Amino acid sequence: MKKTIFAAALLAATALSGAANAKTFVYCSEASPEGFDPGLYTAGTTFDASAHPVYNRLLEFKKGTTEVEPGLAESYEVSDDGLQYTFKLRPGVKFQTTDFFTPTRDLNADDVIFSYERQWKDDNPWNKYVEGGSWEYFAGMGMPDLLDKIEKVDDLTVRFTLKRKEAPFLANVAMPFASILSKEYADKLQADGKMNELNQKPVGTGPFTFVGYQQDAVIRYKANPDYWGGKQPIDDLVFAITTDASVRYQKLQANECQLMPYPNAADVAAMKANPDLQVMEQEGLNVAYLAYNTTQAPFDKVEVRKALNMAINKQAIVDAVFQGAATPAKNPIPPTMWSYNNAVEDDKYDPEAAKKMLEDAGVKDLSMKVWAMPVARPYMLNARRAAELIQSDFEKVGVKVEIVSYEWAEYLDKSKAKDRDGAVMLGWTGDNGDPDNFLDTLLGCDAVGGNNRAQWCNQEFDDLVTKAKETSDVAERTKLYEQAQVVFKREAPWATLDHSLAIVPMRKNVTGFVQSPLGDFTFDGVDITE
Amino acid sequence: MFRFLLGRLAVLIPTFIGVSIIAFSFIRLLPGDPVALLSGERVMSPERHAEISHQLGFDRPIVIQYLDYLWGVVRGDFGTSISTKGSVAEQFFQLFPATLELSLCAIIFAIVLGIPAGVLAAIKRGSFFDQLMMGTALVGFSMPIFWWGLLLIILFSGILQWTPVSGRISLMYFFPPVTGFMLIDSLLSGQEGAFKSAFSHLILPTIVLGTIPLAVIARQTRSAMLEVLSEDFVRTARAKGLSTFRVVGIHALRNAMIPVVTTIGLQVGVMLAGAILTETIFSWPGIGKWMVDSVFRRDYPVIQGGLLIIAGMIMLVNLIVDLLYGLLNPRIRHQN
Repeated sequence: MKKTIFAAALLAATALSGAANAKTFVYCSEASPEGFDPGLYTAGTTFDASAHPVYNRLLEFKKGTTEVEPGLAESYEVSDDGLQYTFKLRPGVKFQTTDFFTPTRDLNADDVIFSYERQWKDDNPWNKYVEGGSWEYFAGMGMPDLLDKIEKVDDLTVRFTLKRKEAPFLANVAMPFASILSKEYADKLQADGKMNELNQKPVGTGPFTFVGYQQDAVIRYKANPDYWGGKQPIDDLVFAITTDASVRYQKLQANECQLMPYPNAADVAAMKANPDLQVMEQEGLNVAYLAYNTTQAPFDKVEVRKALNMAINKQAIVDAVFQGAATPAKNPIPPTMWSYNNAVEDDKYDPEAAKKMLEDAGVKDLSMKVWAMPVARPYMLNARRAAELIQSDFEKVGVKVEIVSYEWAEYLDKSKAKDRDGAVMLGWTGDNGDPDNFLDTLLGCDAVGGNNRAQWCNQEFDDLVTKAKETSDVAERTKLYEQAQVVFKREAPWATLDHSLAIVPMRKNVTGFVQSPLGDFTFDGVDITE
Repeated sequence: MFRFLLGRLAVLIPTFIGVSIIAFSFIRLLPGDPVALLSGERVMSPERHAEISHQLGFDRPIVIQYLDYLWGVVRGDFGTSISTKGSVAEQFFQLFPATLELSLCAIIFAIVLGIPAGVLAAIKRGSFFDQLMMGTALVGFSMPIFWWGLLLIILFSGILQWTPVSGRISLMYFFPPVTGFMLIDSLLSGQEGAFKSAFSHLILPTIVLGTIPLAVIARQTRSAMLEVLSEDFVRTARAKGLSTFRVVGIHALRNAMIPVVTTIGLQVGVMLAGAILTETIFSWPGIGKWMVDSVFRRDYPVIQGGLLIIAGMIMLVNLIVDLLYGLLNPRIRHQN
């Protein structure tokens, strides 16, 4: 009894002192996380709530860039044949102590192996620990085919052996799905028969310790006092889940939260005028495009695709859909990405010339379908509106357009079909900062019938990106990707539409927040000044 | 009375079965593969597909599947959420107090303001006050909830900064739920200022959710009052020299309340529909927001189960209202 009273008093005391002195940073997040095991999911929202605050990876993306830097691995070595990657782990890294788990040992190679093998090996007890869960990212990045083995050399050394050369591998290791979990914690949960909790109560090595999640309402974290990178300047991090962008803005204005993602385009001007707020802007790592089906007449002809590209007034789309918060795109990769080829010239908007080109190609009375996405994405806020603009642009060159749309999952599915008709509007947000993640993923021959919505298989282009993937010299890769972009522009499998700006409004007293080109929201290093 | 109850139940049971058939067909009629939808697995080998299909019972005759589903519902098993893997019924009852608290506040707000407004408008029929009342009620009734909510937030939270923008309580306060009602829990927590915070968070959503019922109740009260006031017994009461207060407050109001009670009951359905929007705007963690979030998550079992429970509750409330109505007005139960 005495003990309880004492504990209660202590709790009250910490609560009171906490209320008085604690620095709390509130982030008005846009949606609820799907869970807290980053390997199981693909949504940025989920990574913002799990992979970034709670976990670390072997390598990390340097803040504000797409370059990788040491994370839990202090250093790494690549064998001469490019197949073996040996990571030296940082010594003395502590897992978080929470009220549901107290670690007894530091990070070691077993944790790394566990984190990868649960996603990789079918016979791993953790492979199916969440009913219906799948390791989508791991599979999507081709890891099962790429990995040959992962070995523990000693407690602080892990060696990955690949089946083939893969230059983007290092960037992959820095991605959220590759977060390192605690094997000790997993073992304990397994012994207690509570395996599901791995996805509900995360324990990692990251800057913030998970405290609790109230579904669809609030997630609480506190600064991890044992963080290997040092304790954070703020004491408490709170995600206030606020789905409506207008309400997020009001909360930001009322100082109920200090930072918010995804403002309404219409509110941005007012935000910039508000003396209490600051607005960060950066070109997003994304592209929106219109993919022709290059296997079907008349879109199998380069001239037709070129002509249609020249008929689209991209600036008008950017103005109407983004109110200026985007730039017209000429390349399939965004300008913030390394190897972006600025020398490539865009097809000029010229309806007259386009009309003539179509006539020369013998195309008359063409009517086609343009697919418009049913949802708003960062790279295309209003696909319907954009499609209507394209429709009127095409009409000017004598092409009739029927706009079609499907429910989102169906849209993604149907647009993959090789015999699908018309041109599909879609886009992509890069997730590891490697050009391969755009060029090969979206336009490579292997992706035909999948992510390659243009069904475009060009040997010259494919050879370039495949060679680039197998080269580890960045200068050499840059050259290859620049050439690939020239081929892309010449062959015009897509009309590249826009790269949107990522806009982040926050309170003026927030310091240390760095916008990520990958679109993540990370709060290590963030502080509030009085 | 018992026969009256039986008669009502005889209507209710087929209705519920009808709703359950709709809810059951829901997943099967939507575009996409129900097996993939229910299992949440997007990439499946044909063997895995067959295995899950068998687990879920999709390989059995549709009638058997339905009966199975109905049997589950009868036992309180409304399926399992795809996103949380938790029981839909359990989640529902966890979130329901938040919606109930908001709805109760909204209905109390609507009744407390709506009935006096309607009575006054009826007594002062044709006056400026009456016209103002009815005009306002019409505006309130036609107001899109989403727009109304945002307008109040911008005015009272954004510009005047009198009320908080959203949520149930300030994020400063942090305690486990006991009853699920934030007003009570904040008092139980013993944390200073918690109750005040919870209360201030309730103000705007209560007004937003209560506006339509308020308008409806005010109008209904007014017309019922007008009807009753013109009846003989009121004239008799007046002629007997009773005070206006006694005539209106006791004789007329009591009789006028009969249709108003029905109206209030019917508002339950309106409230639940309104709660979906209100809770979404104010980030109020109740069942309305839960359903919307589930739509975005494509969590079909939640949408399906939630719809069925809500439909069941609306029917139950209507039954209670019918019974109350029967108690208040004996003529009704004899007509049946």
